[in-house]
Amino acid sequence: MWLFPISVIAVPALLAIPLSRYLAWVMDGHYRPTKLLKWFEDHVNSGPMNWKQYIVALLVFNTVLYFFGYLVLVLQPWAPLNPRGLGAIAPTTIFNTVISFMTNTDIQHYSGDVVFSNFSQIFFCIPMFFLSAAIGFCALTAIIRSFRSDPNVGNFFLDMWRVVFYTFLPIAFVLSLFFLASGMPMTYQSANQVNTLEPAALGTDNNNQAKQQTIVMGPLAAFVPMKMLGTNGGGFFGMNSAHPFENPNATTNFLETASMMLFPMALVLMFGRMLGRLRHSIVIFLVMLVLLVGTVGWVIYYDTLKPNPGLTSHPIARTFEIASATAPGGKRTIALPPIAGLPVDQHLGNLEGKELRFGTSAGATFAAATVDFTCGAIICEHDSLNPVAALSPFFGMWVNCIFGGKGVGMINMLLFLVIGIFVVGQMVGRTPEYLGKKIGAREVKLALIALLIHPLVILGPTGLFAAKGWGMKAESNPGPHGFSQIVYQFSSDSANNGSAFDGLGVSYGLNSNSNPAPEAVPWDIAAGFVIMFGRFIPIIAPIAMAAFLGMKKSTPFGLGTLRDDTMTFGCMLLGTVVIVGALLFLPVAALGPMAEHLGPIPFGG
Amino acid sequence: MGAAARPLPTIESPQHPRPPRRIKSRSLFETDLILEALNQSFVMLRPDLQWSNPVMFVVEIGAVLTLLFIIQAIVSTSASQVPINYFIALDFWLFLTVLFANFATALAEARGKAQAESLRRTRGETPAYRLKVGDVVEEVRSTDLKQGDRVVIGAGQVIPGDGEIVEGIASVDESAITGESAPVIRDSGGDRSGVTGGTRVISDRIVVKITALPGQSFLDRMITLVEGAVRQKTPNEIALTLALSGLTLAFVIVVIPLWPMAWNAEQYMASYLGISDAVKSLGTDVPTLVALLVCLIPTTIGALLAAIGIAGMDRALQANILAKSGKAVETAGDIDTVLLDKTGTITVGNRHATKFDPVAGYTQSKLALLAALASSADETPEGKSIVTAAHAVGVGPRELSIGGSKFIAFSAQSRMSGVDLADGRCIRKGAPDAVIAFVRQREGQIPVELQPTIDAIASKGATPLVVAEDSKVAGVVTLEDILKTGMQERFERLRNMGLRTVMITGDNPLTAATIAKQAGVDDFVAEATPESKLAYIRKEQAEGKLVAMMGDGTNDAPALAQADVGLAMNSGTQAAKEAGNMVDLDSDPTKLIEVVEIGKQLLMTRGALTTFSIANDVAKYFAIVPALFAGTLPWLKGMDIMNLHSPTSAILSAVIFNALIIPALIPVALKGVRYRPLGADALLRQNLLVWGVGGVILPFIGIKLIDLIMTATHLVA
Repeated sequence: MWLFPISVIAVPALLAIPLSRYLAWVMDGHYRPTKLLKWFEDHVNSGPMNWKQYIVALLVFNTVLYFFGYLVLVLQPWAPLNPRGLGAIAPTTIFNTVISFMTNTDIQHYSGDVVFSNFSQIFFCIPMFFLSAAIGFCALTAIIRSFRSDPNVGNFFLDMWRVVFYTFLPIAFVLSLFFLASGMPMTYQSANQVNTLEPAALGTDNNNQAKQQTIVMGPLAAFVPMKMLGTNGGGFFGMNSAHPFENPNATTNFLETASMMLFPMALVLMFGRMLGRLRHSIVIFLVMLVLLVGTVGWVIYYDTLKPNPGLTSHPIARTFEIASATAPGGKRTIALPPIAGLPVDQHLGNLEGKELRFGTSAGATFAAATVDFTCGAIICEHDSLNPVAALSPFFGMWVNCIFGGKGVGMINMLLFLVIGIFVVGQMVGRTPEYLGKKIGAREVKLALIALLIHPLVILGPTGLFAAKGWGMKAESNPGPHGFSQIVYQFSSDSANNGSAFDGLGVSYGLNSNSNPAPEAVPWDIAAGFVIMFGRFIPIIAPIAMAAFLGMKKSTPFGLGTLRDDTMTFGCMLLGTVVIVGALLFLPVAALGPMAEHLGPIPFGG
Repeated sequence: MGAAARPLPTIESPQHPRPPRRIKSRSLFETDLILEALNQSFVMLRPDLQWSNPVMFVVEIGAVLTLLFIIQAIVSTSASQVPINYFIALDFWLFLTVLFANFATALAEARGKAQAESLRRTRGETPAYRLKVGDVVEEVRSTDLKQGDRVVIGAGQVIPGDGEIVEGIASVDESAITGESAPVIRDSGGDRSGVTGGTRVISDRIVVKITALPGQSFLDRMITLVEGAVRQKTPNEIALTLALSGLTLAFVIVVIPLWPMAWNAEQYMASYLGISDAVKSLGTDVPTLVALLVCLIPTTIGALLAAIGIAGMDRALQANILAKSGKAVETAGDIDTVLLDKTGTITVGNRHATKFDPVAGYTQSKLALLAALASSADETPEGKSIVTAAHAVGVGPRELSIGGSKFIAFSAQSRMSGVDLADGRCIRKGAPDAVIAFVRQREGQIPVELQPTIDAIASKGATPLVVAEDSKVAGVVTLEDILKTGMQERFERLRNMGLRTVMITGDNPLTAATIAKQAGVDDFVAEATPESKLAYIRKEQAEGKLVAMMGDGTNDAPALAQADVGLAMNSGTQAAKEAGNMVDLDSDPTKLIEVVEIGKQLLMTRGALTTFSIANDVAKYFAIVPALFAGTLPWLKGMDIMNLHSPTSAILSAVIFNALIIPALIPVALKGVRYRPLGADALLRQNLLVWGVGGVILPFIGIKLIDLIMTATHLVA
């Protein structure tokens, strides 16, 4: 029960220590490349950049990536490696999917095994896995160099090269060997037609022949490592890591869960090593770890250890009164019958929607971790979590800094940190300063822009969709549960997470689909824009913030200076994250999961 | 030296009787000030004035919006889900919130003005005697004086304007500005040539060159600044205002989408219950959403921010420090290094004789007598101190009353002084080598124990004075710097605040090191010149440190201008006062410490109230959110951990708490959060507990109490 969550957090946390050392060594260019690699490096290196040039390079790179991705997906019907003859993908789905993969979000408004040919999986998904993951990494590196007041912030393309070829590739390669050995398919073959064990389990065709089952497969051992390491999370199959090909056994499940934590954890320590302030980064690391353990523990406690409240809670009947103009006395009584003692054995907790091959707590652990690390791969249905347990993935996306994605999670934490120091740090009686540099109006402004875009693009569209048919017709369950689905979708978009609550009709699928989800098009478009805002503004504004901060004179530490490597500082940071996160999203948490939890059963569908 | 060094004796400084009388420190709430502030708080409802405070501007818009809703509700008589009294009560408290905020600012301003007024009162119109060409004196009004005019001021007359003495020496009563009753000496040429308009010449006659235009004098301008008429926001205040605006925007982002979300819940509940009439909740009620917004945005700090800044300058003024800008006070909190002049700050003005070491058969009392005789006509503080010290070892005044003697004054060439007595004895005291040369010249013997005695004294950082009687060396007098009382404790306090103290002295490094060690300063600059002071400040600043210094002389001006906080003494020259960014009316060099504490207090108060304001939101959410959806999702009552009486009472309680906390915290804003030099970490921990954790807990209690009171008095349904 607890062995899996504890070990799966402890192992990557320990591995992060040496890995962070390696990453700092690579990003600071202390290695000596071989002649061949040097040749490549010299050709990608376009010279030192200032922070503005770095941002421009990053945006240009993403634009190119967007057109490249769009082209690959559009070409699907004519491209090779498509023996199943999958046709054109719906344009809005392509729009949504390209943005989603390019930004490391990997929310999928489609089912990979149904819509994507192996060509698309190989030439669209896999490159995106590497490149999108490297972008946040590069951005963090630029920020660190700004904080160090380096003469320039480095070269975006060289950073990209270093990240992809010296860090991602070797580790992904080793991991893929493990996966291959565990029985993960690695083939260009697209699908196998097999007879079902039980004859005609899938019905019969017009000739009264038993229908065969189509088992989709592909180059999974190459696909999955970077899906997890890069915290991408876009599944080869619609079922993502719950699928036996994508996650064959408990060992691969352990590796997949641990590998998504590896880089985000190491990057926090790399931050400290590159700045020469390891203790400071350890405090940040511990704050994130506390939040991680809290969110994982929350889901396990409320989902694995508690039964489904739909079957057992509310042992006594309750009545509530609401105002009503037509009812006598102006009050209408809602009577809720008692629900208890149903003959269901629930001592294993809520088992609905779990992949039980991995054990009872694995799904809960994965659910919390996949949002904390903005991976988005899933091995259990978040839709089926107990309502209160679902608060944990919600919280993870709302604060979006519990390690987070590679680089971007740390960047988000820096925003909380700057705002926290600015507000709370004044209480030591000095103008607030971070890394010895005074936080002024410009830095506060940029940090706030980056922080506020998140609630703006979650709450705004949620309000809009909740009041329109776009949301109300797409949700599989009405009421608070359906509301949770909408909130989750936009939270996942903005946090660049990519996991889905499911149950929301957002799939259009192939362009020829005669019966797409009715509201798929507005969802594709809205989600695409939310993802873009949620991605680029919180990268660009912090780079600028770090640059302005880095230009300032550094004040030496003294007894009167706020120390950034103490318990007190950690508590301050933790408090800032929790309170700011809670304050911005508490109303939607009340309207969704809390209302569902406290309300009558069945409620919200 | 080192551990062997014995602590220097300390005596009460005669020049600075402490504590000096301050400008009357006002109690927080005086009736006249309150009335003025009340009046002003209504004037400040004007949107163009309110605009400068974005947080309260949003509250005001919300209040007006609610008012429109009330009017609409009365006119249309449409059936609302809640009684109109609720709206009226809500709007009343929203307006009250704005008024409370205005009141806090107005009260701080009124207090500042009152302080300034008491200063200005000293600056009425006085007659002036202008010196025209050819030394003709004409009488003009002080307001007609121009820059460069020379005026004559005799005993008993009031100095008509700021200026510098160009001729003469006078004792001046500056109690009008400093509160110090003892007159001070001002004379031409030196660092004490500056005089201030409104002060009174007590003796003698001086000619003063006016350096400021009427109404434009240094004090006039500073008073105007203090009054807030041209008050500018400080950099930190701008950044904080921006942060608060950002938070306000964040909560606008939170609250506006709540309307469609609540509407969604209403639609669903109607269909869930299968009823035809609409289910309504307060979540789609605009005034209630306004109430939620007002409760969430940081109104507490938004209301008190301006008051905190004004009060900071005001506190400086109460300490008799005129800050040229709020920025200077704010910067004071960030100071890393404090430069202090040795003389007058760390030690009392001059060296004192502390010990008589006789040599060659002389007794202590004999030596003391000789030294006192040599000093009997010496008017220098050192000379006087020798007489005093001799008195302490039994040399009476009778023994010193000797007629017919000739006093030999000190000169730079001879480097000794003394007396040629009527009986022919020549007594000399002075620098060892000079006196030894004097004795040798008279073919006297130099005792072998003399040199070791001299060396021992010098190695302690003290100054040896050798006394000789004709051809005989009588012994050595030790002249020592006397530390002011309480300086060690003050430096300890500065160190605990995280500040480095640096002593500036013209002494040689050996003496400087000893005094620095005794006084407990961290560093010293010996043999300091104005250039070396400036260089030291630049060096510190290059390391990213902020430096404060105090000065009075014209040659201090460059360093005062270079320092981040330059505190000029009011007794100093005009150039020094112009160069610094604060002026200490008491001319008390230890004021720097108070300035730094005031600056720190200012920043701490801002941080504490901002933290408190944001922490408050947690409880307000728990009060308001269940109330908001009581009409559609009544089971959210489970979140209402305060168990409030009804939805409307919950919302009103939160709004009332939100409004009442503003006047409740006005004393904190005006007095400032108490600063204690504990070091940053301990200070942060303590303030986090009080203002952060306290800020989370207190509103739970407060809102529940207000709810209980309203329920008990049947104010709410």
